[in-house]
Amino acid sequence: MELRFLVQLAVIGLTFFMLINASALLVYAERKVMGFMQQRYGPYRVGPHGLLQPFADILKLLFKEELRPKGADKWLFTLAPMLSVTAAFAAFATVPWGGETTLFGLLDDPIKLGVADVNVGVLVVFAITSMGVYGIVLAGWSSNSKYSLFGGLRASAQMISYELSYATALAAVILLSGSMSLRETVDAQAGFWFGFIPQWYVFLQPLGFIIYMIAGIAETNRAPFDFPEAEQELVAGYNTEYSSVRFALFPQAEYINMATTAAVATDLYLGGWHGPFLPPELEWIWFLVKVGIILFAYIWVRWTVPRYRYDQLMQFGWKWLFPAAVINLILTAAGVLYFNA
Amino acid sequence: MPETLIFYLLSGLAIVTSALVIGQRNPMYSVMLLIASFGALAGLYVTLDAPFVAVAQIIIYAGAIMVLFLFVVMLLNAPQEDAAEWDRTHPLRQPGVGRFGALLALLLVVQLSWALLRTGSVEVPVAGAVDAETISSVRAVGRTLFTDYVFAFEATSILILVAMVGAVVLAHREGEER
Repeated sequence: MELRFLVQLAVIGLTFFMLINASALLVYAERKVMGFMQQRYGPYRVGPHGLLQPFADILKLLFKEELRPKGADKWLFTLAPMLSVTAAFAAFATVPWGGETTLFGLLDDPIKLGVADVNVGVLVVFAITSMGVYGIVLAGWSSNSKYSLFGGLRASAQMISYELSYATALAAVILLSGSMSLRETVDAQAGFWFGFIPQWYVFLQPLGFIIYMIAGIAETNRAPFDFPEAEQELVAGYNTEYSSVRFALFPQAEYINMATTAAVATDLYLGGWHGPFLPPELEWIWFLVKVGIILFAYIWVRWTVPRYRYDQLMQFGWKWLFPAAVINLILTAAGVLYFNA
Repeated sequence: MPETLIFYLLSGLAIVTSALVIGQRNPMYSVMLLIASFGALAGLYVTLDAPFVAVAQIIIYAGAIMVLFLFVVMLLNAPQEDAAEWDRTHPLRQPGVGRFGALLALLLVVQLSWALLRTGSVEVPVAGAVDAETISSVRAVGRTLFTDYVFAFEATSILILVAMVGAVVLAHREGEER
């Protein structure tokens, strides 16, 4: 009992540790992949192949002076970055990242890899990520600067629009698995069709997967949908007036949100930790590999696709993505009815 | 009893933040405090073994409706209320309609306190009397919503649609010149 409790605590701590490191690694990966795509080296000086560059970045930001504009709202200006990063961490709470394991026989009963297993897990993730928008909106408003305000306004409009398609795409997967628990959804994807095609929902929901990924990019405010920060028009958008640690929290929240979106996509569409060759204790390696591939795709899209115009973004969200998501949902519901009846 | 402690903590938080919502001069703070109040309510639902209701509360109220509130407050850039101005324009000091409205509000307070005091003496169902499975299961909630309460559900959605059409009609002026 005692040991089991400690292991559970260690798993929770490890999840937190992985998220923090994911944001550092993503900063590095982003700059390295960008360098590769622009035919240059990217960070190369700090550590082997520039691996310690994120730490140098963080140290630099920590030692910078903290500035707050005179007209800024003191409380909300401080609260905004905290809200962003708290929501980003909390959203991962119900995302499982590995199957049940006894840790090579260390424990009598297997424990589940992940922080919490709630029967409405998908909804919890969705609820907490939707709280993340407050951080950005408040940052934009409280800075008392027109660029920041525009960034905040765009962020709220964009996130409301794309949340709909995001949720509708998720609903189709919930229909298929018949459960809102992410762990049960992953377990429903074990096994193979005809002995060699893995039973992942991405093969049943190709359209849903594409919609989820597009809406996910918009939800995390990344290029080609990075309007809240659009450098060419808004300086840096909602975080223009921020400096030092407070500034550092925004990109950190963004990278953690990316990791969460990719992890949820892996759990819902790519079969989670299920994969060949590995023993049950090490299956979570498959999970990390799949998340890594999705994150690479994210960065790849960012450095190859130019930014949309703002009205195009809204048009695309409401006139194409949302109807497509609804059609996908209706077709899935019809399919489930036909094959289950 | 940790559960009782959590209940008093959350309900205290909900009451204090709701009171502060009315007390703020800055509408932005009011919105933020209202979100905190909704969060405390969601926590209360969790202690009642109804995680689905709690999550729905956060998604719909805190996540969607309050974002719109925030959006409107930001767009209108509502000014902070001035204390002297507020004293002058207080409904109780207004002649005619304003004073009547204030009296109605007072009446509502009296009615509510009377109702609350009355329910204090009524037998409150003990926790566990309601089947926890039924409340927490999304399937069960959906089934009752679309069978037993389908009329109320559809009527509400039509009501919301009417409100939306009404808002568009009121806000949209034909041939407006700028």
